[in-house]
Amino acid sequence: MNFPEHELHFFQKFGLTSRLIERCLGEALSAGGDFADLYFESIASTSISVDESLVKSASQGVSAGCGIRVCSGDRTGYAYTDDLSAEKLLRAARTAALIADGPSKQQMAGFRDAPKSSLYPISAADYDAGVAPKLELVMRADRAARAYDPRIVQVRAGYNDELRHILIAASDGTFAHDTQPLARLNCYVIARDGSKNSRGGSGGGGRVELSFFEGDKSPEHFAREAARQAILQLNAVPAPAGDMEVVLGPGWPGVLLHEAVGHGLEADFNRKKTSAFAGLIGHQVASSKVTVVDNGTMPSRRGSLNVDDEGSPTRETVLIENGILKGYLSDKLSARLMGMPDTGNGRRESYQHIPMPRMTNTYMLSGEDSPEDILRSVKRGLYAVNFGGGQVDITSGKFVFSASEAYLIEDGKITAPVRDATLIGNGPEALKYVSMVGNDLALDEGIGTCGKDGQSVPVGVGMPTIKLDRMTVGGTAR
Amino acid sequence: MSTATPISAPVSKTDLQQIAADVVDRALRAGASEAEAVIREGDEFSTLVRLGQVETLKESGARGIGLRVFLGSSGSYRTANTSTSDFSEAGLAHLISGAIDLAQVTSQDPFAGLPEPGAMDQLTGDLDLYYEDVYGLPTAQRIEHARRAEAAALSADPRLRKSDGGSFDAATGHKVMVNSQGFAGEYRRSYCSISAMPIAETEGGGMQRDYWFSSARTLARLDSPESIGAEAARRTLRRLNARRVPTQQVPIVFAPEIARSIISNIFEAANGDSVYRGASFWAGQLGQQVASPNVTVIDDGTLPGLFGTAPFDGEGLPTRRTVVVQNGVLKNYLLNTYTGRKLNMPSTGNASRGLAGTPGIGAGNLFMEKGSISAEQLLADVKTGFYVTELMGFGVNMVTGDYSRGAAGLWIENGELTFAVEEVTIAGNLKEMLNNVTAIADDLEFRGAVASPTLRIDGMTIAGK
Repeated sequence: MNFPEHELHFFQKFGLTSRLIERCLGEALSAGGDFADLYFESIASTSISVDESLVKSASQGVSAGCGIRVCSGDRTGYAYTDDLSAEKLLRAARTAALIADGPSKQQMAGFRDAPKSSLYPISAADYDAGVAPKLELVMRADRAARAYDPRIVQVRAGYNDELRHILIAASDGTFAHDTQPLARLNCYVIARDGSKNSRGGSGGGGRVELSFFEGDKSPEHFAREAARQAILQLNAVPAPAGDMEVVLGPGWPGVLLHEAVGHGLEADFNRKKTSAFAGLIGHQVASSKVTVVDNGTMPSRRGSLNVDDEGSPTRETVLIENGILKGYLSDKLSARLMGMPDTGNGRRESYQHIPMPRMTNTYMLSGEDSPEDILRSVKRGLYAVNFGGGQVDITSGKFVFSASEAYLIEDGKITAPVRDATLIGNGPEALKYVSMVGNDLALDEGIGTCGKDGQSVPVGVGMPTIKLDRMTVGGTAR
Repeated sequence: MSTATPISAPVSKTDLQQIAADVVDRALRAGASEAEAVIREGDEFSTLVRLGQVETLKESGARGIGLRVFLGSSGSYRTANTSTSDFSEAGLAHLISGAIDLAQVTSQDPFAGLPEPGAMDQLTGDLDLYYEDVYGLPTAQRIEHARRAEAAALSADPRLRKSDGGSFDAATGHKVMVNSQGFAGEYRRSYCSISAMPIAETEGGGMQRDYWFSSARTLARLDSPESIGAEAARRTLRRLNARRVPTQQVPIVFAPEIARSIISNIFEAANGDSVYRGASFWAGQLGQQVASPNVTVIDDGTLPGLFGTAPFDGEGLPTRRTVVVQNGVLKNYLLNTYTGRKLNMPSTGNASRGLAGTPGIGAGNLFMEKGSISAEQLLADVKTGFYVTELMGFGVNMVTGDYSRGAAGLWIENGELTFAVEEVTIAGNLKEMLNNVTAIADDLEFRGAVASPTLRIDGMTIAGK
């Protein structure tokens, strides 16, 4: 190997050696597996929050461990350890090895250096810095939210960051390492006016340094946004119920894409033919105005990675082009079993988890309509600009996402704000109703966390303003 | 039902308890006025068999330690916490110095602090929580349990050809807690489960999936893989050929496994952390009629063998039985020490504590008391209605009570379950929904820490075609 061992975190801090890595891979393949990889991870995290204008607590944590995977055909054996001693690593390798049942057949061919991008700043000093500057961010958010309106009666602001070191070594020659920062600032408020109560929330960040929060995305920006939403909701009217025209605003409403198509295009579901999208490559799954990509290479974005959690470089993958389904998101296992390219979407929550195909930053490309024209075209409908979470049943294709800020559209004009309502649709059909696509693509502020099979990973979404001629709105008003 | 009563008893110190006690002592010597250490250790095994073949096999364990320190004097503490997976001398030293350093920057808070010394205690006697047999089977037999569950599902009907698999899981957890007020406790819990997740397909290509499972603290109490597979098949097949229904208001009947989510909403409404902030629509409602007179909801962390049972809570208080709602009247919030002090009430022993962070609020075994009619009778009384077997999404606002969720299930006509329904939402407001619980069946069963019988709620809106 020709990498600079002395510079690598796990060699320095944990006494790992290239000889031990090779022994573990050899042990992992000793029962006849045809692929093995080691995933070393070490995370240092800080969390600080202000609540009722007091810094009630602050937390710091460190964890480290290694996950060892062995594949034999489409079978996967997995074991992990939080003790990086040679004895425990070799034991984990032997446990994972048992998925296979035969004589060792693999010869390690040595490691190759992978080309690597640098999509995010890594000033470890920032993450090791004292909590004072982080504390100042949350105090500023608290002050700004309270100053916004006297009806803001409760404010909670939190700052969380982590610095994750990973090292991946695999029997296919992969050798990759990365240092991944992740930071996020949040503000949640409660407003009260007489007997009426409401809530608002906002936040953002990414794979960024502390200085990110000194620009446009300041604590005041997030605090005012949370306060604005809460004050607005004090006078919300019941949301309508039933099928209607729906306009989705730019940015975070892109969670529609994540639920409606993104999960259904993850290769594992399609290999098993359990997705409503299975077998639809080359078919029309959206209106011709719709092009959707997943892109893990956007600088500083929450969903971006220099390499995925299998050590493969991330990239931009076209999922839907002019309405036609083009491709799936894959990891090494799916790529090998399906005979398709590895798109660098193999991700995992931590060393305790088996990697699988996951999204990175998923968004729809801009179209040609102006947002004003889109709203003007709607006689009666819903304009939704902020959402809570969503969920999808990838087998039936049904998905939901919940609007936290939405308005009635009447005769082309935005009128009353409405109360929280869930929107529901069918993934392979919903985007066929997209009749207008705005020229205002925006990505979310950096708040998304995606859950799949009990594993959470940070993701991004984005979208221009779009109009759907039909979607079901789950309110209570007729 | 409780056989365990709180009594003080000396607990023999294990190695982990000694480590926790040492960390607490060292934190005090480093300047903390009070300190609390928790250690969690766990092992897990899981296997997934799909279409008869092993797909994944996972076996491992991990442990970690968390420390919470208080600086200052009673009545104005600063607090911070740290956690690590590194039990080396350097790792523990960093854990302690980090917590002390971090606490210097937090605010003095008159409500912060450990529980009052007299309040700390733990249940003694056998709570029926730990069985070594969950790891007693050789790997081949564990795989066989998963394979049999899937095979039973797939053999039930020719329309069941695809599968998300059958699984067998086992886990054990060991929790240790020591604080500077003299509390020291530890307990182990075991868990095992079998599940089947078949997929049904129509000739037209429409697919539906569902699942069924059995979980228990000992292998001896698991349902047979065959019965789990058969039930998974029944639940999946009944979803085929689902259609949408028009927007309308009809009675909604929540199947028990879905009614659980309403009980979880009740937990959020009674959660002291939300109550003192005014972030729950039940804030200020103690003693008020908040639900129909037939509704009684109880939290009980002392029931032997159940999934929400423990001898002490996340702060070292004994778990207990708390009546949340009695005959529709809100009787108690669920509190830890901090939220209790904020509301000027005693803790209800509902502190939950992970390794990192300050204690939150967790339920023990939370359930709605059963009614007196069978689920069949409850359905028979519904002329036209919607029997909900699945909810999707997170559309519940606990500040306003606004409720709007994706739903799937079966249409009720003249008291009978008829065709499958999907791609609709059900909406209302929880405050009104809880006052519109018009029938409760007698089918309460603890399949998890939160349980409910079949419920009927009137006045909600279905949004559909």
